[in-house]
Amino acid sequence: MGTKSKVIEREEVVIRFSGDSGDGMQLTGSLFSDTAALYGNDLTTFPDYPAEIRAPQGSVGGVSGFQVHLGHSEIYTPGDNADVLVAMNPAAIKANINWTKPGGTIIYDKDNFTEKNIERAGYLKDPVVEDNLDRFNVIAAPISSMVREALKNLGLDPKTVLRTKNMFALGMVYWLFDRKLKYTEQYFEKKFSQRPEIIEANKIALRAGYYYAETIEALAPVIRISPAPIAKGKYRSICGNVATAWGLMAAAEKAKLQLFIGSYPITPASGILEELSARKDLGVKSFQAEDEIAGICTALGASFTGHLAATSTSGPGLALKSEAIGLAVMAELPIVIIDVQRGGPSTGLPTKTEQADLLQALFGRNGECPVVVLAASTPSNCFHFAFEAARIALEHMTPVILLTDGFLANGSEPWKIPAMENLPEIKPHFANQKELPYLPYKRDTAKLARFWAIPGTPDLEHRIGGLEKTVKGTVSYTPENHELMVHLRDEKVARVVEKVPDLEVVGESSGELLAVGWGGSSGYRFIAVRELQNEGYKISDVTFNYINPLPRNVREVFSRFKKIVVCELNMGQFANYLRMKFPEFHYEQINKIQGLPFTIKEIKEKCLEILEG
Amino acid sequence: MTEITSNQVTPRDFKSDQEVRWCPGCGDHAVLNAVQKALSELGIPREKFAFISGIGCSSRFPYYMNTYGFHGIHGRASAIASGVKIANPELSVWQITGDGDALAIGGNHFIHVVRRNIDINIILFNNEIYGLTKGQYSPTSEKGIITKTSPYGTVEEPFSVGELVIGAKGKFFARTIDSNVSLSTRIYVEAAKHKGTSVVEVLQNCVIFNDGIHETVTGKDVRDDRTLILKHGEPMIFGKENNKGLILDGLKLRVVKLGENGISEKNILVHDAFESNPGIQYMLANMRYPEYPVALGVIREVPGPTYENDVVSQINEIKNSSKIKCMDDLLNSGSVWKVE
Repeated sequence: MGTKSKVIEREEVVIRFSGDSGDGMQLTGSLFSDTAALYGNDLTTFPDYPAEIRAPQGSVGGVSGFQVHLGHSEIYTPGDNADVLVAMNPAAIKANINWTKPGGTIIYDKDNFTEKNIERAGYLKDPVVEDNLDRFNVIAAPISSMVREALKNLGLDPKTVLRTKNMFALGMVYWLFDRKLKYTEQYFEKKFSQRPEIIEANKIALRAGYYYAETIEALAPVIRISPAPIAKGKYRSICGNVATAWGLMAAAEKAKLQLFIGSYPITPASGILEELSARKDLGVKSFQAEDEIAGICTALGASFTGHLAATSTSGPGLALKSEAIGLAVMAELPIVIIDVQRGGPSTGLPTKTEQADLLQALFGRNGECPVVVLAASTPSNCFHFAFEAARIALEHMTPVILLTDGFLANGSEPWKIPAMENLPEIKPHFANQKELPYLPYKRDTAKLARFWAIPGTPDLEHRIGGLEKTVKGTVSYTPENHELMVHLRDEKVARVVEKVPDLEVVGESSGELLAVGWGGSSGYRFIAVRELQNEGYKISDVTFNYINPLPRNVREVFSRFKKIVVCELNMGQFANYLRMKFPEFHYEQINKIQGLPFTIKEIKEKCLEILEG
Repeated sequence: MTEITSNQVTPRDFKSDQEVRWCPGCGDHAVLNAVQKALSELGIPREKFAFISGIGCSSRFPYYMNTYGFHGIHGRASAIASGVKIANPELSVWQITGDGDALAIGGNHFIHVVRRNIDINIILFNNEIYGLTKGQYSPTSEKGIITKTSPYGTVEEPFSVGELVIGAKGKFFARTIDSNVSLSTRIYVEAAKHKGTSVVEVLQNCVIFNDGIHETVTGKDVRDDRTLILKHGEPMIFGKENNKGLILDGLKLRVVKLGENGISEKNILVHDAFESNPGIQYMLANMRYPEYPVALGVIREVPGPTYENDVVSQINEIKNSSKIKCMDDLLNSGSVWKVE
C-alpha cells in the first residue's frame, strides 16, 4: 500500500456510518471499531437504528447509523457531532447533517443520489444546495458503480454485488485513518468460510475503496490517532448486553451454582438471552419462555430449586413481571431482574434509549415491596453490576433489579479483561442441614436474610409462597405479624447498604455545583463536567450506581456544594427520588426525553446557566 | 406390630402440620388423601417431591403436604414448576391447579408446558366454578350457566380439558372423580411414572358454589352407567351389568349393547392409550353424557422425549466439544489484544 505524504495527529475523532437499514451499517461500524480497538485506541460506540427491520427504503425513518468515537486518551461517550459522516443515500445526509461538524468530511454514494432517492429523503431540491454541503469536505464517490466494476468478473448476481457497497465505503475510511485491512479481512474469512466467493467479493470491495481513496487523495492530510495510553493488560471489546450476560455467568461460577435464565425476547434486551443461550459450554440453562411472566416465573422456580436465576427484559416486560417480583419479595428468593430500558411508555421507542423506568423499578408493585436496585453506567461495567446484583441477591436472599439501557446494551468499548480470581467470593445464604427444625423465615441477625433450603435435601422440607407467613412458614393474617414482616423485609433491603461503596466525587470535594446522575447517561455528563473543570469552573461530578439502598455518604457529599443538578434521560425521576430521600437540598434538573443520549454541549450549556444564574 | 423402617413411607408421612382448611365436604379432601396414598407407593424419598400451585382453593394443597412446596401466583404454577423441573430433573414435580388457574389466567403457560413435555404431573381440579372468589363462572362452565357474573346465563363455550391437552400436543391425559380414591390413586401413580407432562383432570365437587355439578355423571346410583373406566388393552365395556360398550361406527364412536344386533365383546373397541395418533383418544376425551358415558382412567399415555432431558443432553454434548471450560477461558476467547 502506498505511503502517505502528509499525516496529522488528532486526539480524538467521531465517525458516523449511516445508510438504509439494509445497507449493513451496524456491521461496518463494528468492523471499524474492532480494527481501531486492536490498534490500541480507546473508543465508545453508539448504534442508532430504526425499530423496523427494513423501514421504507430511502426514507429518513429507515436510516440506520453507527457512531464511533475513538481517541488517543480515554473516551467516555460516543461523541456529539461527527468529524466524518459516511452516507450511503440522501436520507442518511438528511438525518445526520445537523450532527456533523462544519468543516468535517462527508463521504457519500453519488450513484444513490437519484431524483427518486432525493425525493424520498424529503429534499425539495439538490441536497448539496438545500443543506449547504459546501460547509463540509464532500467526497462524492460513485460507490455503487465502482463495486459493480470491481466485482464484474466474479459472476455474482447484482444484488450480492451491491451488498458489498458498505465494504467499499469502509475501505475508504480505513485509508482516511491510516488503518490496516487485515482484521476485517480475517473477519470475512471466518464469517463466510463456507462461501469463498463472498469472501473474495468483500475483500475486493474493501481494497477497491481503500485504493480509490488513495487515488483521489480523499483527504489530505490523513488523520492519525495514536494508541491511547491505557493501562497495561489484556483487552477485548464488549457491549453492555454481553457484559451483563457474562457478569451473571461469572457470579454463578464464583457462587458454585448453575445459572438459569428465563426470558422472553424484547428489544433491546434480547442480546442477553441470546448470549446466555449460546453458553451451554459453561452449563447455562436458558429458557425462552412463552411470555414475560413465564420468564420470571420459571426463573423463580429455578431459584427455589437452588440455581442462580435471572430474567432479562425491557420496560414493558418489567411491567408484566411486577406481580412475580412481588412473589419473589414475599418468598424472599434470590433473583436478578435486568431491565434494559428503552423509550416509553407502552411500546414507545423500542430501539431508542431512555431512563424512565427508574420509578417503576423502585416502586412499581402492589403492597410494600422493596427490592434492591442497581444501575450500570458504561457498557463494560454492566459486567461488574450484573455480578454485584447476583452477589447481593444470593447473599441477602432478595430480588435485585439491574437497570441498563439501550445505549449501554448496544454500545461497546474496549475492556480490560478481569481475572476470575480477583473477583469477590459469593457465599449463597444456604440453610444448615443440622439446625433443625428448619424454619423458612428464620433470619440471620446481621443481614436479616432468611436461609435457602434446596428441594432434594432431606429434613428441610418446607412451604413458601405469596401469602403472608409467620417465621415457621405458617400462613398468617395476624395484624401484628404482617406489620412485623413488612418491616423485616424493608430492613433487610436497607441493610444491603453494607455492600454499597461510598459515592466518589470526581473533581474537588466541594464547590459551586455538583453534577449528579445515574446509569447510562453518565459518560456525557462526566465529560461536560471535566471540560468545565478545565475551563476553571468549581464543578464536580458524581455517578450513582446503587439506587436502593443509596450510598451512606450522599448527605455528606451533597452538603459540600452550593448547588446540585441532576441530569437524566427522563422528566426528573431520580431528582424526585432524591427530593424524597434528602428533602433538605434543592435540586436543579437537566432532562431530555428524545430517545437520544445527552450531548456534551447540552449539559455544558445548562450547567453554565446554573453556575452563572 | 411391624416396625416401620425409615425407607418405608406411608401416606401419613406426607401430611404436614397445617390444619386443612377446605370446606367440610369439599372434594379436595379426597384428592389430598389419594395423592398422599399414591406418593407412598412410588418409593421416592419425601425430600424429592416438590408441589407447586397457583391461586385458588385447590392451590392451598402444597401447605398440606409435608414435602417441598411453593404456593405461587395466579395462573403461573406451570411456569414455576417448569423452572423447578429444569433446574433439578431428579425431583418429582407436581402442579396443583384448578379450571380457572390453569385454563383462564394460566392458559398460556398451561398449553406451553404441555407442548414442551416437561415431566410435571399436573392435577387439574375441575369444579367448573370459581370457588375462592365465591362463585363466578369459569372457562369450563357449561354454556348458559347462571352464576354471580352471569346472572342471565353465560354466552360462551367451555373448554374441554382433554381436547386442549391433545391440541397442545399433550402425551398424557387422564380423568378421574374426586370421590373415587382407588381409581384416583392408580391414576396418580401412572401419572408419576409417565416421563413427560401428565395432565389429570379431576371432576371435583365444590360443595358451596357448584354443588352436585358432576352428580348426574358421578352419582353413586348412576355412575356405572354413565362413566367408562378405561384400561389399556381392555375392551371399552361399561354399565351396571357390564353390557354396554363402544364401537367405531364410520368416523364416530357409538354406544352399543352387548348381545343386541349380533354385537359381542369382539366387536367392542379395545383401549390403546399408547397409540400416538390421538384420533380415538380425542373422541374418548370429548365424550359427554347423555350421548356417551364420560371416560375415566388414563385416556392417552404416549412416550416422548422430555424437555429437561434434552436440555441436559444438549449441555453435556456442547460442554464436551467446546474449548471453553470456565469463565477465564471465555473472557480470554475471541479477539483479545495486549496493551504493553
